[in-house]
Amino acid sequence: MSSSCTTFRTQPARQPRSLRHLLAGIALALGGMAAAQADEVSVAVAANFIAPMQKIATAFEQATGHKAVLSSGATGKFYAQITHGAPFQVLLAADDTTPERLEHEGRAVAGSRFTYAVGQLVLWSAQPGYVDAQGQVLRTGDFAHLAIANPKLAPYGLAAQQTLDKLGVAARVQPRLVMGENIAQTYQFVASGNAQLGFVALSQVMEDGRIARGSAWRVPATLHEPIRQDAVLLAAGKDSAAARALLQYLRSDAARAVIRSYGYGI
Amino acid sequence: MPLSADDFAAIGLTLRLAGLATAILLVLCTPLAWWLAHTRSRWRRPVAAIVALPLVLPPTVLGFYLLMLMGPQGAVGAFTQWLGLGTLPFTFWGLLVGSVAYSLPFAVQPLQRAFESLGARPLEVAATLGAGPIDRFFSVVLPLARPGFITAGILSFAHTVGEFGVVLMLGGNIPGVTRVVSVQIYDHVEALQYTQAHWLAGGMVAFSFIVLLALQWWQPERRAP
Repeated sequence: MSSSCTTFRTQPARQPRSLRHLLAGIALALGGMAAAQADEVSVAVAANFIAPMQKIATAFEQATGHKAVLSSGATGKFYAQITHGAPFQVLLAADDTTPERLEHEGRAVAGSRFTYAVGQLVLWSAQPGYVDAQGQVLRTGDFAHLAIANPKLAPYGLAAQQTLDKLGVAARVQPRLVMGENIAQTYQFVASGNAQLGFVALSQVMEDGRIARGSAWRVPATLHEPIRQDAVLLAAGKDSAAARALLQYLRSDAARAVIRSYGYGI
Repeated sequence: MPLSADDFAAIGLTLRLAGLATAILLVLCTPLAWWLAHTRSRWRRPVAAIVALPLVLPPTVLGFYLLMLMGPQGAVGAFTQWLGLGTLPFTFWGLLVGSVAYSLPFAVQPLQRAFESLGARPLEVAATLGAGPIDRFFSVVLPLARPGFITAGILSFAHTVGEFGVVLMLGGNIPGVTRVVSVQIYDHVEALQYTQAHWLAGGMVAFSFIVLLALQWWQPERRAP
Protein backbone atom coordinates (compact mmCIF):
# COMPACT_ATOMS: atom_id res chain seq x y z
CA MET A 1 0.00 0.00 0.00
CA SER A 2 2.79 2.39 0.76
CA SER A 3 4.32 1.86 -2.69
CA SER A 4 1.05 2.87 -4.37
CA CYS A 5 1.08 5.99 -2.26
CA THR A 6 4.55 6.86 -3.50
CA THR A 7 3.46 6.35 -7.10
CA PHE A 8 0.52 8.58 -6.44
CA ARG A 9 2.78 11.39 -5.28
CA THR A 10 5.64 11.17 -7.77
CA GLN A 11 3.64 10.60 -10.95
CA PRO A 12 0.58 12.80 -10.78
CA ALA A 13 -0.06 12.38 -14.54
CA ARG A 14 -0.94 8.72 -14.08
CA GLN A 15 -3.28 9.30 -11.24
CA PRO A 16 -6.13 7.02 -12.33
CA ARG A 17 -3.99 3.89 -12.47
CA SER A 18 -2.23 4.71 -9.19
CA LEU A 19 -5.62 5.19 -7.63
CA ARG A 20 -6.68 1.77 -8.86
CA HIS A 21 -3.52 0.29 -7.35
CA LEU A 22 -4.26 2.03 -4.11
CA LEU A 23 -7.82 0.75 -3.98
CA ALA A 24 -6.69 -2.76 -4.85
CA GLY A 25 -4.12 -2.56 -2.06
CA ILE A 26 -6.74 -1.43 0.44
CA ALA A 27 -9.11 -4.20 -0.64
CA LEU A 28 -6.34 -6.78 -0.25
CA ALA A 29 -5.41 -5.48 3.18
CA LEU A 30 -9.04 -5.53 4.36
CA GLY A 31 -9.51 -9.05 3.00
CA GLY A 32 -6.41 -10.18 4.86
CA MET A 33 -7.68 -8.67 8.11
CA ALA A 34 -11.04 -10.41 7.77
CA ALA A 35 -9.36 -13.75 7.10
CA ALA A 36 -7.16 -13.33 10.20
CA GLN A 37 -10.11 -12.37 12.39
CA ALA A 38 -12.01 -15.54 11.57
CA ASP A 39 -9.55 -17.54 13.69
CA GLU A 40 -9.20 -15.02 16.48
CA VAL A 41 -11.29 -14.59 19.57
CA SER A 42 -11.01 -11.49 21.74
CA VAL A 43 -11.40 -12.27 25.41
CA ALA A 44 -11.95 -9.97 28.38
CA VAL A 45 -10.31 -11.65 31.36
CA ALA A 46 -10.74 -10.79 35.06
CA ALA A 47 -7.44 -9.49 36.42
CA ASN A 48 -7.07 -12.34 38.93
CA PHE A 49 -7.31 -14.97 36.18
CA ILE A 50 -4.89 -13.56 33.61
CA ALA A 51 -1.89 -15.75 34.53
CA PRO A 52 -3.67 -19.13 34.16
CA MET A 53 -5.54 -17.83 31.13
CA GLN A 54 -2.30 -17.02 29.31
CA LYS A 55 -1.25 -20.64 29.78
CA ILE A 56 -4.63 -21.91 28.67
CA ALA A 57 -4.61 -19.64 25.59
CA THR A 58 -1.26 -21.04 24.48
CA ALA A 59 -2.50 -24.63 24.83
CA PHE A 60 -5.76 -23.68 23.12
CA GLU A 61 -3.88 -22.30 20.13
CA GLN A 62 -1.81 -25.47 19.86
CA ALA A 63 -4.88 -27.68 20.16
CA THR A 64 -7.24 -25.84 17.80
CA GLY A 65 -5.26 -23.36 15.71
CA HIS A 66 -7.47 -20.53 16.96
CA LYS A 67 -5.81 -17.57 18.62
CA ALA A 68 -7.17 -16.04 21.82
CA VAL A 69 -6.37 -12.33 22.24
CA LEU A 70 -6.54 -11.48 25.95
CA SER A 71 -7.34 -8.18 27.67
CA SER A 72 -7.20 -8.15 31.46
CA GLY A 73 -9.00 -5.73 33.74
CA ALA A 74 -11.69 -5.16 36.33
CA THR A 75 -14.98 -6.91 35.67
CA GLY A 76 -16.99 -3.76 36.40
CA LYS A 77 -14.97 -1.83 33.84
CA PHE A 78 -15.49 -4.57 31.26
CA TYR A 79 -19.22 -4.37 31.93
CA ALA A 80 -19.24 -0.64 31.17
CA GLN A 81 -17.15 -1.16 28.04
CA ILE A 82 -19.28 -4.04 26.74
CA THR A 83 -22.51 -2.08 27.23
CA HIS A 84 -20.88 0.70 25.22
CA GLY A 85 -19.98 -1.50 22.28
CA ALA A 86 -16.56 -2.96 23.10
CA PRO A 87 -15.89 -5.78 20.60
CA PHE A 88 -15.11 -8.50 23.19
CA GLN A 89 -16.47 -11.92 22.19
CA VAL A 90 -15.97 -13.79 25.47
CA LEU A 91 -16.00 -12.52 29.05
CA LEU A 92 -14.26 -14.40 31.86
CA ALA A 93 -15.65 -12.46 34.81
CA ALA A 94 -14.49 -12.33 38.42
CA ASP A 95 -18.07 -12.88 39.59
CA ASP A 96 -21.30 -14.55 38.51
CA THR A 97 -23.56 -11.48 38.62
CA THR A 98 -21.98 -9.55 35.75
CA PRO A 99 -22.38 -12.35 33.14
CA GLU A 100 -25.94 -12.88 34.37
CA ARG A 101 -26.75 -9.21 34.02
CA LEU A 102 -25.26 -9.10 30.51
CA GLU A 103 -27.39 -12.08 29.54
CA HIS A 104 -30.58 -10.42 30.88
CA GLU A 105 -29.75 -7.30 28.91
CA GLY A 106 -29.34 -9.31 25.72
CA ARG A 107 -25.64 -8.50 25.42
CA ALA A 108 -24.63 -12.13 25.98
CA VAL A 109 -25.86 -15.35 24.41
CA ALA A 110 -28.56 -16.99 26.54
CA GLY A 111 -27.56 -20.35 28.02
CA SER A 112 -23.83 -19.89 27.43
CA ARG A 113 -22.96 -19.08 31.06
CA PHE A 114 -20.97 -21.48 33.22
CA THR A 115 -18.63 -21.35 36.22
CA TYR A 116 -15.05 -21.80 35.03
CA ALA A 117 -13.36 -21.31 38.41
CA VAL A 118 -14.18 -20.82 42.07
CA GLY A 119 -11.89 -18.32 43.73
CA GLN A 120 -10.01 -19.10 46.93
CA LEU A 121 -9.49 -16.21 49.35
CA VAL A 122 -6.32 -16.08 51.46
CA LEU A 123 -5.16 -13.82 54.25
CA TRP A 124 -1.58 -13.19 53.26
CA SER A 125 1.48 -11.37 54.55
CA ALA A 126 4.80 -10.94 52.77
CA GLN A 127 6.42 -11.54 56.18
CA PRO A 128 7.07 -15.22 56.94
CA GLY A 129 5.36 -16.41 60.13
CA TYR A 130 3.13 -13.32 60.48
CA VAL A 131 -0.16 -14.93 59.50
CA ASP A 132 -0.96 -18.07 61.52
CA ALA A 133 -2.77 -21.13 60.18
CA GLN A 134 -6.09 -20.13 61.86
CA GLY A 135 -6.11 -16.44 61.03
CA GLN A 136 -5.95 -15.53 64.75
CA VAL A 137 -3.77 -12.59 63.78
CA LEU A 138 -6.98 -10.74 62.87
CA ARG A 139 -8.02 -10.84 66.56
CA THR A 140 -4.65 -10.31 68.17
CA GLY A 141 -2.32 -8.68 65.64
CA ASP A 142 -1.02 -5.13 66.13
CA PHE A 143 -0.81 -4.44 62.38
CA ALA A 144 -1.17 -0.86 61.17
CA HIS A 145 -2.88 -1.70 57.88
CA LEU A 146 -5.02 -4.57 56.62
CA ALA A 147 -5.57 -4.45 52.84
CA ILE A 148 -8.73 -5.65 51.13
CA ALA A 149 -10.08 -5.07 47.65
CA ASN A 150 -12.93 -2.55 47.54
CA PRO A 151 -16.01 -4.64 48.51
CA LYS A 152 -18.21 -2.37 46.37
CA LEU A 153 -16.25 -3.23 43.23
CA ALA A 154 -14.38 -6.51 43.61
CA PRO A 155 -15.80 -9.96 44.42
CA TYR A 156 -12.71 -10.84 46.46
CA GLY A 157 -13.22 -7.65 48.45
CA LEU A 158 -16.83 -8.57 49.15
CA ALA A 159 -15.75 -12.04 50.31
CA ALA A 160 -13.11 -10.44 52.56
CA GLN A 161 -15.70 -8.11 54.11
CA GLN A 162 -18.07 -11.04 54.69
CA THR A 163 -15.24 -12.98 56.36
CA LEU A 164 -14.44 -10.08 58.69
CA ASP A 165 -18.14 -9.76 59.58
CA LYS A 166 -18.53 -13.48 60.20
CA LEU A 167 -15.45 -13.60 62.42
CA GLY A 168 -16.79 -10.62 64.37
CA VAL A 169 -13.61 -8.59 63.88
CA ALA A 170 -14.96 -6.04 61.41
CA ALA A 171 -15.24 -3.30 64.06
CA ARG A 172 -11.77 -4.05 65.40
CA VAL A 173 -10.01 -3.79 62.04
CA GLN A 174 -12.20 -1.10 60.42
CA PRO A 175 -9.92 1.84 61.28
CA ARG A 176 -6.95 -0.03 59.82
CA LEU A 177 -8.52 -1.07 56.52
CA VAL A 178 -6.98 0.12 53.28
CA MET A 179 -8.69 -0.64 50.02
CA GLY A 180 -7.25 -1.56 46.67
CA GLU A 181 -9.17 -0.68 43.55
CA ASN A 182 -8.98 -4.33 42.55
CA ILE A 183 -7.33 -7.48 43.80
CA ALA A 184 -4.11 -6.75 41.88
CA GLN A 185 -3.59 -3.42 43.64
CA THR A 186 -4.47 -5.02 46.98
CA TYR A 187 -1.74 -7.58 46.37
CA GLN A 188 0.69 -4.75 45.63
CA PHE A 189 -0.10 -3.04 48.95
CA VAL A 190 0.76 -6.25 50.82
CA ALA A 191 3.68 -7.38 48.63
CA SER A 192 5.42 -4.00 49.06
CA GLY A 193 5.04 -4.28 52.85
CA ASN A 194 3.00 -1.08 53.10
CA ALA A 195 0.16 -3.15 54.52
CA GLN A 196 1.34 -5.86 56.92
CA LEU A 197 -1.31 -8.25 55.66
CA GLY A 198 -4.30 -8.42 53.36
CA PHE A 199 -6.97 -10.56 51.76
CA VAL A 200 -5.85 -11.56 48.26
CA ALA A 201 -6.58 -14.35 45.78
CA LEU A 202 -4.71 -17.60 46.32
CA SER A 203 -3.90 -17.56 42.60
CA GLN A 204 -1.79 -14.44 43.15
CA VAL A 205 0.52 -15.96 45.76
CA MET A 206 0.66 -19.47 44.37
CA GLU A 207 3.60 -20.61 42.26
CA ASP A 208 4.05 -24.19 41.10
CA GLY A 209 1.32 -25.43 43.39
CA ARG A 210 2.51 -23.83 46.65
CA ILE A 211 2.57 -20.47 48.36
CA ALA A 212 5.88 -19.03 47.24
CA ARG A 213 6.66 -16.42 49.91
CA GLY A 214 5.44 -14.96 53.18
CA SER A 215 2.72 -16.53 55.31
CA ALA A 216 -0.93 -17.23 54.59
CA TRP A 217 -4.22 -18.51 55.94
CA ARG A 218 -6.59 -20.13 53.46
CA VAL A 219 -9.97 -18.68 54.39
CA PRO A 220 -12.52 -21.52 54.79
CA ALA A 221 -15.35 -21.42 52.25
CA THR A 222 -17.88 -21.34 55.12
CA LEU A 223 -16.90 -17.78 56.04
CA HIS A 224 -18.13 -16.10 52.85
CA GLU A 225 -20.34 -16.58 49.81
CA PRO A 226 -18.52 -18.62 47.16
CA ILE A 227 -16.52 -16.53 44.68
CA ARG A 228 -17.97 -18.05 41.55
CA GLN A 229 -16.26 -16.81 38.41
CA ASP A 230 -18.47 -17.22 35.38
CA ALA A 231 -17.68 -17.21 31.68
CA VAL A 232 -20.16 -16.08 29.05
CA LEU A 233 -20.34 -15.83 25.25
CA LEU A 234 -20.98 -12.20 24.36
CA ALA A 235 -23.22 -11.04 21.53
CA ALA A 236 -20.18 -10.02 19.45
CA GLY A 237 -18.97 -13.64 19.56
CA LYS A 238 -22.30 -15.27 18.74
CA ASP A 239 -21.22 -16.38 15.26
CA SER A 240 -17.56 -16.99 16.01
CA ALA A 241 -16.43 -20.61 15.85
CA ALA A 242 -13.24 -19.66 17.71
CA ALA A 243 -15.20 -18.12 20.59
CA ARG A 244 -17.36 -21.22 21.01
CA ALA A 245 -14.28 -23.44 20.76
CA LEU A 246 -12.57 -21.46 23.51
CA LEU A 247 -15.51 -21.83 25.89
CA GLN A 248 -15.55 -25.54 25.08
CA TYR A 249 -11.83 -25.76 25.75
CA LEU A 250 -12.17 -24.02 29.13
CA ARG A 251 -14.21 -27.02 30.30
CA SER A 252 -11.65 -29.58 29.13
CA ASP A 253 -9.56 -31.59 31.58
CA ALA A 254 -6.39 -29.94 30.30
CA ALA A 255 -7.72 -26.44 31.05
CA ARG A 256 -9.13 -27.49 34.42
CA ALA A 257 -5.77 -28.92 35.45
CA VAL A 258 -4.18 -25.50 34.79
CA ILE A 259 -7.00 -23.74 36.67
CA ARG A 260 -6.56 -26.00 39.71
CA SER A 261 -2.78 -25.56 39.68
CA TYR A 262 -3.34 -21.86 40.39
CA GLY A 263 -5.36 -22.62 43.50
CA TYR A 264 -8.87 -22.25 42.11
CA GLY A 265 -11.59 -24.77 42.81
CA ILE A 266 -13.67 -26.18 39.99
CA MET B 1 -28.99 17.00 45.53
CA PRO B 2 -28.07 13.29 45.59
CA LEU B 3 -24.62 13.82 47.09
CA SER B 4 -23.93 11.82 50.24
CA ALA B 5 -21.93 12.74 53.35
CA ASP B 6 -19.11 10.66 51.89
CA ASP B 7 -19.13 12.81 48.75
CA PHE B 8 -18.88 16.00 50.79
CA ALA B 9 -16.09 14.50 52.88
CA ALA B 10 -14.24 13.74 49.65
CA ILE B 11 -14.73 17.31 48.41
CA GLY B 12 -13.47 18.77 51.70
CA LEU B 13 -10.47 16.49 51.70
CA THR B 14 -9.62 17.34 48.09
CA LEU B 15 -9.71 21.08 48.78
CA ARG B 16 -7.54 20.68 51.88
CA LEU B 17 -5.04 18.53 49.99
CA ALA B 18 -4.87 20.85 46.98
CA GLY B 19 -4.61 23.97 49.18
CA LEU B 20 -1.76 22.60 51.29
CA ALA B 21 0.07 21.16 48.27
CA THR B 22 -0.16 24.54 46.51
CA ALA B 23 1.20 26.41 49.53
CA ILE B 24 4.12 23.99 49.87
CA LEU B 25 4.82 24.08 46.14
CA LEU B 26 4.96 27.88 46.01
CA VAL B 27 7.40 28.05 48.93
CA LEU B 28 9.52 25.15 47.65
CA CYS B 29 9.56 26.10 43.99
CA THR B 30 10.39 29.79 44.29
CA PRO B 31 14.10 29.23 45.11
CA LEU B 32 14.25 26.26 42.72
CA ALA B 33 12.78 28.23 39.83
CA TRP B 34 15.04 31.20 40.67
CA TRP B 35 18.07 28.93 40.55
CA LEU B 36 16.95 27.37 37.25
CA ALA B 37 16.37 30.82 35.76
CA HIS B 38 19.79 32.19 36.69
CA THR B 39 22.33 29.44 37.15
CA ARG B 40 25.07 28.64 34.66
CA SER B 41 25.74 25.32 36.40
CA ARG B 42 26.02 22.21 34.25
CA TRP B 43 23.38 20.67 36.51
CA ARG B 44 20.74 23.07 35.22
CA ARG B 45 19.57 20.90 32.31
CA PRO B 46 19.42 17.60 34.26
CA VAL B 47 17.52 19.29 37.12
CA ALA B 48 15.09 20.92 34.67
CA ALA B 49 14.50 17.52 33.08
CA ILE B 50 13.82 15.89 36.47
CA VAL B 51 11.39 18.67 37.36
CA ALA B 52 9.51 18.03 34.10
CA LEU B 53 9.32 14.23 34.57
CA PRO B 54 5.85 14.19 36.17
CA LEU B 55 4.53 15.84 32.98
CA VAL B 56 5.32 12.80 30.87
CA LEU B 57 5.25 9.86 33.30
CA PRO B 58 1.95 8.04 33.67
CA PRO B 59 0.63 8.77 37.20
CA THR B 60 0.55 5.04 37.91
CA VAL B 61 4.32 4.89 37.38
CA LEU B 62 4.82 7.80 39.75
CA GLY B 63 2.42 6.25 42.27
CA PHE B 64 4.07 2.86 42.02
CA TYR B 65 7.56 4.23 42.67
CA LEU B 66 6.34 6.48 45.47
CA LEU B 67 4.64 3.46 47.06
CA MET B 68 7.91 1.53 46.86
CA LEU B 69 10.07 4.48 48.03
CA MET B 70 7.83 5.39 50.97
CA GLY B 71 7.17 1.77 51.95
CA PRO B 72 9.01 -0.01 54.77
CA GLN B 73 11.70 -1.26 52.37
CA GLY B 74 12.13 2.07 50.55
CA ALA B 75 14.67 4.79 51.26
CA VAL B 76 12.08 7.43 52.20
CA GLY B 77 10.17 4.86 54.27
CA ALA B 78 13.32 3.94 56.18
CA PHE B 79 13.94 7.64 56.87
CA THR B 80 10.40 8.39 58.09
CA GLN B 81 10.50 5.29 60.29
CA TRP B 82 13.84 6.44 61.72
CA LEU B 83 12.18 9.78 62.52
CA GLY B 84 9.48 7.81 64.35
CA LEU B 85 6.75 8.86 61.89
CA GLY B 86 6.03 5.38 60.54
CA THR B 87 5.47 4.98 56.81
CA LEU B 88 3.59 7.52 54.71
CA PRO B 89 1.39 5.52 52.31
CA PHE B 90 -2.30 5.39 53.30
CA THR B 91 -1.99 8.68 55.20
CA PHE B 92 -2.96 12.24 54.30
CA TRP B 93 0.71 13.25 54.56
CA GLY B 94 1.69 10.53 52.12
CA LEU B 95 -0.83 11.92 49.64
CA LEU B 96 0.54 15.41 50.25
CA VAL B 97 4.08 14.28 49.40
CA GLY B 98 2.76 12.51 46.29
CA SER B 99 0.78 15.59 45.23
CA VAL B 100 3.78 17.88 45.61
CA ALA B 101 5.87 15.56 43.42
CA TYR B 102 3.06 15.18 40.91
CA SER B 103 2.37 18.91 40.50
CA LEU B 104 6.00 20.09 40.73
CA PRO B 105 6.42 21.14 37.06
CA PHE B 106 3.15 23.09 37.18
CA ALA B 107 4.61 25.34 39.86
CA VAL B 108 8.26 25.48 38.77
CA GLN B 109 7.84 26.22 35.08
CA PRO B 110 5.60 29.33 35.25
CA LEU B 111 7.79 30.75 38.02
CA GLN B 112 10.96 30.06 36.06
CA ARG B 113 9.56 31.79 32.98
CA ALA B 114 8.45 34.77 35.07
CA PHE B 115 11.92 35.11 36.64
CA GLU B 116 13.65 34.75 33.29
CA SER B 117 11.55 37.49 31.71
CA LEU B 118 12.41 39.91 34.53
CA GLY B 119 15.98 40.26 33.33
CA ALA B 120 18.83 41.57 35.44
CA ARG B 121 18.07 45.27 35.04
CA PRO B 122 15.40 45.90 37.72
CA LEU B 123 17.51 44.12 40.32
CA GLU B 124 20.64 46.03 39.39
CA VAL B 125 18.78 49.31 39.65
CA ALA B 126 17.38 48.30 43.04
CA ALA B 127 20.86 47.31 44.19
CA THR B 128 22.37 50.66 43.20
CA LEU B 129 19.56 52.34 45.15
CA GLY B 130 20.83 50.42 48.19
CA ALA B 131 18.27 47.60 48.50
CA GLY B 132 19.56 44.39 50.16
CA PRO B 133 18.88 40.93 48.66
CA ILE B 134 15.78 40.22 50.80
CA ASP B 135 14.38 43.68 50.21
CA ARG B 136 15.05 43.28 46.46
CA PHE B 137 13.14 39.99 46.42
CA PHE B 138 10.06 41.26 48.26
CA SER B 139 9.81 44.75 46.77
CA VAL B 140 11.02 44.11 43.21
CA VAL B 141 10.85 40.43 42.21
CA LEU B 142 7.58 39.52 43.92
CA PRO B 143 5.46 42.34 42.42
CA LEU B 144 7.02 42.05 38.96
CA ALA B 145 6.66 38.25 38.82
CA ARG B 146 3.14 38.27 40.26
CA PRO B 147 1.46 36.82 37.14
CA GLY B 148 3.92 33.92 37.31
CA PHE B 149 3.02 33.24 40.95
CA ILE B 150 -0.70 33.39 40.20
CA THR B 151 -0.35 31.01 37.25
CA ALA B 152 1.80 28.62 39.29
CA GLY B 153 -0.68 28.66 42.18
CA ILE B 154 -3.78 28.13 40.06
CA LEU B 155 -2.21 25.36 37.97
CA SER B 156 -0.80 23.52 41.01
CA PHE B 157 -4.15 23.67 42.78
CA ALA B 158 -6.16 22.53 39.75
CA HIS B 159 -3.71 19.80 38.83
CA THR B 160 -3.77 18.40 42.38
CA VAL B 161 -7.58 18.40 42.37
CA GLY B 162 -7.48 16.42 39.14
CA GLU B 163 -4.94 13.92 40.43
CA PHE B 164 -6.08 10.30 40.27
CA GLY B 165 -3.53 7.58 39.52
CA VAL B 166 -1.10 8.66 42.21
CA VAL B 167 -3.70 8.93 44.98
CA LEU B 168 -5.30 5.64 44.05
CA MET B 169 -1.94 3.93 44.32
CA LEU B 170 -0.73 5.69 47.48
CA GLY B 171 -3.98 6.32 49.29
CA GLY B 172 -5.73 3.02 49.86
CA ASN B 173 -9.13 4.67 49.41
CA ILE B 174 -9.78 5.49 53.10
CA PRO B 175 -12.89 7.67 53.61
CA GLY B 176 -12.03 11.09 55.00
CA VAL B 177 -8.28 10.41 54.89
CA THR B 178 -7.27 9.56 51.34
CA ARG B 179 -10.51 9.21 49.35
CA VAL B 180 -10.45 12.36 47.23
CA VAL B 181 -13.11 13.41 44.72
CA SER B 182 -11.51 11.77 41.69
CA VAL B 183 -11.36 8.41 43.51
CA GLN B 184 -14.94 8.86 44.74
CA ILE B 185 -16.08 9.47 41.14
CA TYR B 186 -14.22 6.37 40.04
CA ASP B 187 -15.88 4.30 42.76
CA HIS B 188 -19.33 5.58 41.76
CA VAL B 189 -18.72 4.81 38.09
CA GLU B 190 -17.35 1.33 38.80
CA ALA B 191 -20.27 0.58 41.10
CA LEU B 192 -22.64 1.81 38.34
CA GLN B 193 -23.95 4.66 40.54
CA TYR B 194 -24.07 6.96 37.57
CA THR B 195 -26.29 9.68 39.10
CA GLN B 196 -23.86 10.44 41.93
CA ALA B 197 -20.97 10.10 39.51
CA HIS B 198 -22.56 12.70 37.22
CA TRP B 199 -23.02 15.23 40.03
CA LEU B 200 -19.40 14.98 41.11
CA ALA B 201 -17.96 14.65 37.62
CA GLY B 202 -20.07 17.56 36.32
CA GLY B 203 -18.89 19.64 39.28
CA MET B 204 -15.32 18.77 38.41
CA VAL B 205 -15.78 19.86 34.79
CA ALA B 206 -17.36 23.15 35.87
CA PHE B 207 -14.61 23.74 38.44
CA SER B 208 -11.83 23.06 35.93
CA PHE B 209 -13.44 25.34 33.35
CA ILE B 210 -13.75 28.18 35.84
CA VAL B 211 -10.14 27.74 36.94
CA LEU B 212 -8.83 27.81 33.38
CA LEU B 213 -11.05 30.78 32.56
CA ALA B 214 -9.67 32.60 35.61
CA LEU B 215 -6.19 31.82 34.39
CA GLN B 216 -7.00 33.45 31.04
CA TRP B 217 -8.23 36.60 32.87
CA TRP B 218 -5.05 36.80 34.90
CA GLN B 219 -2.71 36.47 31.95
CA PRO B 220 -1.25 39.87 31.14
CA GLU B 221 -2.73 41.20 27.90
CA ARG B 222 -0.50 40.76 24.85
CA ARG B 223 0.83 44.15 23.92
CA ALA B 224 1.02 45.21 20.31
CA PRO B 225 4.64 45.12 19.06
